[in-house]
Amino acid sequence: LVGAAKYADDLVFPGAWYGATIRSTDAHATFTALQLDPGFDWSTVVVVTSADIPGDNVVSSIKADQPILVPIGGEIQHHAEPLALLAAPDKATLRAARQAAHVVTSTLPAVFDPLVSDHVFAVYELASGDLGAAFAAADFVLEGEYRVGHQEQLYIENNAMIAVPSDDGGVTVHGSLQCPYYVHTALKRGLAMDDRQARVVQAETGGGFGGKEEYPSIIALHAALLAQKAGRPVRMIYDRHEDLAATTKRHPAIVRHRTAVTRDGRLLAQDIEVVMDGGAYCTLTPVVLSRGAIHAGGPYRCPNVRIRARATQTNTPPNGAFRGFGAPQVQFATETHLNRIAEALGLSPLEIRRRNVYRPGDTTPTGQVLRDSVAGEEVLERAAEASEFERLRARHDAARDRRAGSGTVPASALRTTRERVASGVGLALAWHGAGFTGSGEVKLASVVSLELTAEGEIRILTASTEMGQGTKTIFPQLVAEALDVPIEAVEIAPQDTAYVPDSGPTVASRTAMVVGGLLIGAAKRLRSQVETATGGTFAATYRDHAKVHGTTRVDQHFEPYPGVGFDDATYRGDAYPAFGWAACVAQVDVDLDTGEVHVRDVVAADDIGRVIHPVLAEGQVEGGTLQAVGYATIEEIKLRDGRYLNDRLATYIIPTSLDAPRITTIFVEAPFDAVPHGAKGVGELPMDVGAPAVVAAIADATGVWISDLPASPERILAALAGVAAVAPLPPGASEPAR
Amino acid sequence: MTVYRFSVNTVPVQVNVPGMRRLLDVLREELALTGTKEGCGEGECGACTVLIDGRPVDSCLVPVCQVDGASVSTVEGLATAGLTADAPPVLDGLQAAFLQAGGAQCGICTPGMLMAARAYLDEGGGPDEDAIREAIAGNLCRCTGYTKIIEAIALAARAGG
Repeated sequence: LVGAAKYADDLVFPGAWYGATIRSTDAHATFTALQLDPGFDWSTVVVVTSADIPGDNVVSSIKADQPILVPIGGEIQHHAEPLALLAAPDKATLRAARQAAHVVTSTLPAVFDPLVSDHVFAVYELASGDLGAAFAAADFVLEGEYRVGHQEQLYIENNAMIAVPSDDGGVTVHGSLQCPYYVHTALKRGLAMDDRQARVVQAETGGGFGGKEEYPSIIALHAALLAQKAGRPVRMIYDRHEDLAATTKRHPAIVRHRTAVTRDGRLLAQDIEVVMDGGAYCTLTPVVLSRGAIHAGGPYRCPNVRIRARATQTNTPPNGAFRGFGAPQVQFATETHLNRIAEALGLSPLEIRRRNVYRPGDTTPTGQVLRDSVAGEEVLERAAEASEFERLRARHDAARDRRAGSGTVPASALRTTRERVASGVGLALAWHGAGFTGSGEVKLASVVSLELTAEGEIRILTASTEMGQGTKTIFPQLVAEALDVPIEAVEIAPQDTAYVPDSGPTVASRTAMVVGGLLIGAAKRLRSQVETATGGTFAATYRDHAKVHGTTRVDQHFEPYPGVGFDDATYRGDAYPAFGWAACVAQVDVDLDTGEVHVRDVVAADDIGRVIHPVLAEGQVEGGTLQAVGYATIEEIKLRDGRYLNDRLATYIIPTSLDAPRITTIFVEAPFDAVPHGAKGVGELPMDVGAPAVVAAIADATGVWISDLPASPERILAALAGVAAVAPLPPGASEPAR
Repeated sequence: MTVYRFSVNTVPVQVNVPGMRRLLDVLREELALTGTKEGCGEGECGACTVLIDGRPVDSCLVPVCQVDGASVSTVEGLATAGLTADAPPVLDGLQAAFLQAGGAQCGICTPGMLMAARAYLDEGGGPDEDAIREAIAGNLCRCTGYTKIIEAIALAARAGG
């Protein structure tokens, strides 16, 4: 706020050199040679190739498929793939060195279509009931195909990492990152280092949204390799162009629905196929797909379900984590499809949801019985009421009827001479599993520590990172409440792997619920330990206790929530300990001449369990909603020959303050009882509902359904005119090379 | 290399650099004022917004030769030092409003946002929401959805800037 916070690029390391990455300009090729121009003075430059990697040439992740640098003779799998590294004492020398290093390749045929790719990263299938019988008995069946493309996280601070060699042959990296221990694991493997030699320190982080979940590992490895070879600190600071061109995006997806319903709109059967484009390497794709598969049916009771999900490889830059993690893609499809069913049956979007939304006691496609903390119905009613959804809808119906056929295209909703702007309102509902999927949390085995230091200070030790969402506010708040001390009495240790235990990654909306819960557990134990020893209250006696007993440290280990279990082999059981629920009503104005959409107003009702900090929680809903509005309307990566074409901020557009709707947030609190504070997680929920609500509002305004995101002016005009041929390429698809 | 003289946050400074060096780099690297951030380097995001003679500009697009003799204000100049050496700085009304309303999340857009808002308020801008949206339209934020930033600026406007 006063300009004093130090982000990675603000840190000064005397004598540091500047690093750069030499990247491929092919989508698929053999890396034949790296030629260093003999006319250039290479004596002041460090060059790193895969031959300099002391450990495994692997970026540690779910699969060992992604190299740190493609070896000479190895296969380049995507455009902008790292091939070699350079470091120089100043930026001018670095620039000159880059121009003097030439990459020689021989191209290979590339695959860009995830539907035809035969390289499968992951497959899941969920089934319950009897699909055939249900379709035979249905009053109405609707099929639909929905496509969504890449979305860039677009944190305003680009990726940045600085590596500093240490005396013990190790390296310390300071960087912009979400998950210190992901980077730590990657450094140990790639550099053949032990736990102490590899050290990771989080700098202030200017936004993450998933984009700094797994990708920082490779940047840290690159910076560390250069620093080791140069014997001095090396700064690897991406500019916006490099960040956009090379780093992970939200997975594009193709989702097909075939749905059977009764005449009164009750779901009988859902047959859903999800195909995600993983990009060139596996990264976190199986986990993204898993969340996508489990959420694909939406928050609705349905006795007969088949969900088939697969993710395949294409020769495009790898896709990875982004707020929502597979759920926004599939729930855009589910919600839009359900809205189309409602329209076909002459039912209100609100009414069809009332008839199908999960209630306590219902069973999900993985066989999970939703026992408590089920608030789908409540968020739906609250959002619809606060936004006056039905009243607005009736008004738009009348306006649409008045316009129909009055324009230049027969029977279409194109403008009349009088009304250029059409208004619409749309509704969407979603669920979002809180925390890791399936057995993930048990496998993570997170640890947090709480210290009463000899100096009488109360210190929180976790690897959970602050990136704007408020970790550093809510953790002290939770601990202070549990110890009954003022919040100022609690401090938080830096996110430095030399000091803090592995409390798991800062992802999956798990920080408040899981790590916060562990901290309260630790605080309760610390409190009882001190109170037993002193006979007084913690608040009154902890300073004296510290003087007498020195440092007291409590380590709290994750234990499975009672009654929550998941079987990875059968893919059955409790996919999440609890679900958050969200409803969103969006109001839009569509310009019938230009196809431009302005999202005017959003009412968001979210059940996030017990609200810990209302202002921060609202900030999460507002920010997530705007990212969803961007996803719905303007954010699109265009590709040619597997390369992102709009890889600058001038061409990849995100919403400004003028594009942002007025957002009203309503919290519903259905606490999760297995954690002491009842919190469920808020970060990702709003991302699931925004896009389908906006697309429903566009349909309410114009009478046409947009099935591909974003609902760009081109797609809207093509749909209004009923001319598929003028529509742009499907989202995520690559034009051939020119 | 040329010597340029201008003021930063009312303090006279002198730098000896190539004239086409970006003001952003001069501030961050020559003057160690790292409060001003780079988000895109092409004038799209506004993270590097500073005031030149009171007007908001993207410092990544301004060569230092253009500010010779000018008065530059950065985020570091908003707050004033506390009364004693170890007292916290006294926040400017806008900074206090951002703190109160929750207008900063990750904080990387905040310096630029504050400077754009400062210019708006200094020009006599009021609490009107549409006017505030217009004033900060050149400053991208990915965390907040802008709602609480707009609230904060309106709050500061109502408190007299």
